[in-house]
Amino acid sequence: MGESAILVELPDAPAALALYRRLRTAQLPSVVDVVPAERTVLVVARPGSRAAAERWLLQAAAPDAPDTIPAAVTTTSGSAPVILPVRYNGPDLAEVADLLSLTPEEVVAAHTGELWTASFIGFAPGFAYLRAADGRLDVPRRSSPRAAVPPGSVALAAGYCGIYPRESPGGWHLIGTTDAVLWDAERADPALLAPGTEVGFRRAD
Amino acid sequence: MFEVLRTGPLALLQDAGRPGHAHLGVTASGAADRGSFAAANRLVGNRPGAAAIETVFGGLELRVLRTALVAVTGAPATVFVTRPACGPFGLPAHPVAPLNGAGPSTGAGPTTEAGLTAETGRTAVFAHPTDRSFVVFAGDTLHLGPPDRGLRNYLAVRSGFAAAPTLGSRSTDVLSGLGPPPLAQGMLLETAHDVAAAHASGSWPAADFVRPATHIPRAGEPLRLSVLRGPRDDRFGDAGWRALLDAPWTTGSASNRVGVRLESPIAVEPLPDGAGELPSEGMVAGALQVPPNGQPVVFLRDHPVTGGYPVIGVLTEASVDRAAQLRPGDPVRFVDRTE
Repeated sequence: MGESAILVELPDAPAALALYRRLRTAQLPSVVDVVPAERTVLVVARPGSRAAAERWLLQAAAPDAPDTIPAAVTTTSGSAPVILPVRYNGPDLAEVADLLSLTPEEVVAAHTGELWTASFIGFAPGFAYLRAADGRLDVPRRSSPRAAVPPGSVALAAGYCGIYPRESPGGWHLIGTTDAVLWDAERADPALLAPGTEVGFRRAD
Repeated sequence: MFEVLRTGPLALLQDAGRPGHAHLGVTASGAADRGSFAAANRLVGNRPGAAAIETVFGGLELRVLRTALVAVTGAPATVFVTRPACGPFGLPAHPVAPLNGAGPSTGAGPTTEAGLTAETGRTAVFAHPTDRSFVVFAGDTLHLGPPDRGLRNYLAVRSGFAAAPTLGSRSTDVLSGLGPPPLAQGMLLETAHDVAAAHASGSWPAADFVRPATHIPRAGEPLRLSVLRGPRDDRFGDAGWRALLDAPWTTGSASNRVGVRLESPIAVEPLPDGAGELPSEGMVAGALQVPPNGQPVVFLRDHPVTGGYPVIGVLTEASVDRAAQLRPGDPVRFVDRTE
């Protein structure tokens, strides 16, 4: 992809996340950025280092590559899930329940009952695309986006759950709010959720 | 130290950006025309990534509060200094403290650097070429006029501009809002300590003047952008790729540091089986994203980290700098540089 980047295609989101973890753990000096997405990982090399990054990537991604990274690193983040308290008072909770032929109570039960994993970050700094293993809460985007979604809004769309780090326009269904600070540039870890972070939701009220 | 008197349409602090945070949703940002930005820092003896002012359509006016070595690069523009209470030979009437660090004109005064173009009463006006360093004195006002062609200018000062860094960078990212606020009237700009290290002078020698770093064609001539095919060129086939190369493109008005919109009567059409949705994937500066209307967007330095429209090709690094100098209405042609 251009003079200094390589786009790697993978079969699905878990495979993309696994490759992302391998590449981040390995920390190749010629690589500036590793960007996971739904079915790809983008590797951005330093200017003039694309060939070196490509050789290394082919080695690291080969199925028979000597596994220099412990298997545990590639399958889970290895740290405890982040637990986020949520007030399930979102304006779209009833609509989400209708779309899924569930009661609002059942939507909350499904949302708190699953363990979510941050597949990738996009849209805004710290906005994580969270996916659950069983994928029950799969609703489309709203037909008309909102001009302003308040920060901390917990939302569903396109098979993902997301939490708005700051006020922004948004087209996802809002089911609740959390007081957790998703993004703080002054923090040592600015993003509360990074790719691979596991997240559990708990009812706050 | 400077006081901002006027900013023009948009004046921002920019440095080498904040690469390395794309996985957290933070784009690299940084100077839109990196070549011109680097040249400005070189002219004043800074380290390559020192923060400079990036302007759009000129219009910047700064009151100089402390004597400083400065340089303007980028689009060809008129740069001049007004100096009130002027003494003989255009020197300030008041005593001037010696510069710290040897500027090229220390002691000689600015008349050797630039012609004395007018003297109106007691205020002198000095014109300065771009791509050359010069000294401004306390009490001067530095004016950057609108460029004759091209869009962006870089004003560097010896030691760099100071601002609180965000994730290690003083760049303003207009998409996410990270970094310092835009320059505003009345703002005071302090200098930092970003001079080049002595040992770095071999690879980064100071220079009194440089060739313009980024080529900007004469008015009416199309700007040629070199593009490498892929990664999603298969969605458009050879016909789509040819349409991109053959169409006369015009720079749209809805362009900023995120991207430049291009318009043409000819659209880059996807193949019948290539029109489906694409899952979001990572983006880079220079990516040519083709939305369903077939009118591509060239991503610049504040591009979103992921996007869902297919990327038919990616500009070379030098062409990303060129694209940053496109102003609305400028004609554009793409040149295939795929190996």
